Amino acid sequence: MAGATALLSLLIVASFYPSVTNGGVLRFEGTWLPQLGLNFTLRMDGFAWLFSMLIAGIGFLVVVYARYYMSEDDPVPRFFSFLLAFMGAMLGIVISGNVILLSVFWELTSIFSFLLISYWHNNAAARDGARMALTITGIGGFCLLIGLLLLGNIVGSYDLDKILAAGDVIRGHSLYVPALVFILLGALTKSAQFPFHFWLPNAMSAPTPVSAYLHSATMVKAGVFLLVRFWPVLSGTYEWFYLVGLAGIITLVLGAYFAMFQQDLKGLLAYSTISHLGLITTLLSLGSPLATVAAIFHMVNHATFKASLFMAAGIIDHETGTRDMRRLSGLFRYLPITGTLAMVASAAMAGVPLLNGFLSKEMFFAEAVETHADSILDRILPYVATLASAFSVAYSLRFIHTVFFGPPPTDLPKPKPHEPPRWMRFPIDLLVVACLIVGIIPAISIGPFLHTAVVSVLGPETPEYSLSIWHGVNLPLIMSAIALVGGTLLYLSLRKYLATCEDGPPILRNLKGQRIFERVLVEVSWRWARSLERRFGTRNLQPQLRWVVATGFLAGLLPLYLSGFETRDIAFSGIDPAFAAIWLLGICLAFGTAYLAKYHRLAALVMLGGVGLIVCITFVWLSAPDLAITQLLVEIVTTVLILLGLRWLPKRTEGLAESITLRARFRRFRDLALAVVCGIGMTFIAYAVMTMPVPDTIANYFLENAYSQGGGRNVVNVILVDFRGFDTLGEIAVLGVVALTVFALLRRFRPADDSMDLPEQQRIQNSFDEDRPERSAGDTVRDYLLVPSVIMTWLFPVIITFAVYIFMRGHDMPGGGFSAGLTLSIAFLLQYLAGGTRWAEDRLRILPLRWMGAGILTASATGIGAWFFGYPFLTSHFQYVELPLIGKMPAATALLFDLGVFSLVVGSTVLILVALAHQSIRINRLRAIDAARTEEG
Amino acid sequence: MELVLATAIGVMTGCGVWLILRPRTYQVIVGLSLLSYAVNLFIFGVGGVKTNVPPILVDGVPNSTLADPVPQALVLTAIVIGFATTALFLVVLLASRGLTGTDHVDGRNDPR
Repeated sequence: MAGATALLSLLIVASFYPSVTNGGVLRFEGTWLPQLGLNFTLRMDGFAWLFSMLIAGIGFLVVVYARYYMSEDDPVPRFFSFLLAFMGAMLGIVISGNVILLSVFWELTSIFSFLLISYWHNNAAARDGARMALTITGIGGFCLLIGLLLLGNIVGSYDLDKILAAGDVIRGHSLYVPALVFILLGALTKSAQFPFHFWLPNAMSAPTPVSAYLHSATMVKAGVFLLVRFWPVLSGTYEWFYLVGLAGIITLVLGAYFAMFQQDLKGLLAYSTISHLGLITTLLSLGSPLATVAAIFHMVNHATFKASLFMAAGIIDHETGTRDMRRLSGLFRYLPITGTLAMVASAAMAGVPLLNGFLSKEMFFAEAVETHADSILDRILPYVATLASAFSVAYSLRFIHTVFFGPPPTDLPKPKPHEPPRWMRFPIDLLVVACLIVGIIPAISIGPFLHTAVVSVLGPETPEYSLSIWHGVNLPLIMSAIALVGGTLLYLSLRKYLATCEDGPPILRNLKGQRIFERVLVEVSWRWARSLERRFGTRNLQPQLRWVVATGFLAGLLPLYLSGFETRDIAFSGIDPAFAAIWLLGICLAFGTAYLAKYHRLAALVMLGGVGLIVCITFVWLSAPDLAITQLLVEIVTTVLILLGLRWLPKRTEGLAESITLRARFRRFRDLALAVVCGIGMTFIAYAVMTMPVPDTIANYFLENAYSQGGGRNVVNVILVDFRGFDTLGEIAVLGVVALTVFALLRRFRPADDSMDLPEQQRIQNSFDEDRPERSAGDTVRDYLLVPSVIMTWLFPVIITFAVYIFMRGHDMPGGGFSAGLTLSIAFLLQYLAGGTRWAEDRLRILPLRWMGAGILTASATGIGAWFFGYPFLTSHFQYVELPLIGKMPAATALLFDLGVFSLVVGSTVLILVALAHQSIRINRLRAIDAARTEEG
Repeated sequence: MELVLATAIGVMTGCGVWLILRPRTYQVIVGLSLLSYAVNLFIFGVGGVKTNVPPILVDGVPNSTLADPVPQALVLTAIVIGFATTALFLVVLLASRGLTGTDHVDGRNDPR
């Protein structure tokens, strides 16, 4: 399956070839976020084509290889899905025609490489390596995004074609340097260039197919791909030369030097990859078209020989059980074919003539000798290049010599290595043959494709170059010879030391980038975070709230302070004395509530209810009858609710255990000050807002269209159920969720021990019963409030009728689903109050969950119903119908919606209250169980 | 009228803020209720203070004289949601009281 996908994409890419030759560009554009200039643009030119071929081709080979490499116990589907996802992301980078899209795909490759590297997630090294790779490339990706945004800002478009056409504008812009630095950070981290190189060797704990794919052909190539992509617009400046060149040269030498001293096969290959990427980067830094040709050529060559080498290393690991070069030796007698293939591939890596590595290396030498920018860096380049090349010869030689020659191995974990299955070796066969073909007849095999790619990058600047093996005896050839001889000598002299030494180069062995990285990580993510938390964090609610309130106050003050105060005359005229008197009472009640809430909860609750009533009167007074009704009903329900809750709170009596410390006094004073300033601030703001001349608001729209479009005269109700019906649907959903949460919380509720006894009043009443022989226990409790309870029982049908009435008139007069729902739940509530929970439930079966479900379904179905008539969600329809007895009656679909609201409000309210009321019964049961247990014990 | 209403809003805000900064859960719940009155009245007041012109369309009365229905619709749902949050908070405080044995907002009596 995976192989078929890869092969198919390979074929698709290959089929595009005719359209990209001679600088043709294939484009696909899909609109994504056109407002931001962000389109889903795909674009394929020759270079992208070449790269896509590499990605899809090597991807296919890796899939074939992995089929044999992965063991049966591994979750293989996960592996292949990650691998294909990675391949897709990589193709996305290559062919995206919009730089933001490119950055998105870039991030995707980081994420999928993380998943692939940590594939064996029970291995700590794999997890660490993956995390490091993700951190480094993730930071790089973020920098890249910044850089690309800057670039897009300079050009004025995120479209790749436009950016590529604006090279001069970009190089001349003042933001060129920051954009360059950020883009380079992205590219260099991805390509593991110094000083970000250390993640690559640590990523070697990935399964070998992953390494072969990610760390030879794709992931790390994304960085240099990006450099080539933007080479036409960014290169040619001193900043480019120094930044890219310095990183490239250091990486080139250091990578090769480190590679020589690795004991792990894959470690050696990893450092060699770093070094080769350094070579490509160095070539790109030179800024000459010819060097860029060499860079592109070397990318392809490196991908072929390095992928095959990784696969060969995987086979060795697979067959012998180890990758440690100190333990491997003389494997040629067991693995002759793999050995031959590996030898050819590493010869290509070393740059031996007749192989593809040789060609691009010759081109590199030729470019190194040329002077591009006269500086020290440029002058030392030939020597550095030769040195690095010698190192590269040495480690290639070491790879082959240690593993395949010498005495037979003695302590292998798997003692009898043999050749792998035919198809496991097939990818290597193919790649090595490719190395040979390209190496011997370059002009015919790779020539045209390379030319296509080069033309698409360089355009008219495409230089004359010749891909042939023999250019005559010239300086590059002599350098190659020196490197070959020098590398061989170097290996021979170091052989003894290498056979036994520790992992890593001498002296620098202890200086590990990994360790530095980890220390920084621990410092930032652990110590700093902890100390910040210790200094500024608190787990106590009060300081948190204090900060919230104070910040809120300042946030309110700041704009006033900045824009200046405007004094306005305070108008005392026009105040209705009755209204003022009511609020004088209200203010007293509010103060009383605040003062008494600590010790006299019931009194505070009564006063709170008083404030609520006055708010309600205010609504009536100020032309808001709907609000008044709702406020009144909610007030009733809330009071009952809190009354039910009061029973479970601890007793608190004044003056007990309260020695007020100075600190507490200070705290109270501070809170008081905060409260006072907040109050005063609110007064001013409220006054200012209310006396402001009201501008033309959307109110007029609603007032004008309520009747013509919503079919109702009560504009508030029409807004709720029609114009803003979707908001209301959301709100009743919230109400339902809250009710369910309350219900769920109370199911596991267990009160504190001191609330477990019967309430004091009930105890007094029960003992009164026990004292008198003619009364049985519980009589007084039952007869308590006898007259009111009879009235309440009789009121039940009346209230229900009232609820229906409120509901029906809601569209035209004050009322509606919310208030009707609350009314009906009060009707139910009164039955509970009148007869007690058991009595009520014997006679009434209310299923609040059904009410709620029916409510939300009705409301949603009404909304969906509009779809069937071709209207958007929740479009309402109305007409007046003639009903017998009642008369003319508005029948809008909004009424159905309101029915849903009504039903849900009833269900939720009843559910909350009943769940709380049930606790008393539950506790009685709990108490009985406890008592039984004590007796047993 | 505006002055009275503004003062009332200010007083309720002050009392509410004072109460939500107190250490006992019951005080916080009462404080939140007071604050929600204040906020509801404030939002309501934004639409302007008018008497005797409820936003109910009557033939012959020009629309522009009616009270602003938008803040009213906002406040109406706010009242209902306010009830729901009060209920939720009450239950949370009961559960916390049952679990920790104290009605302090931090779940323990000794402030650290």
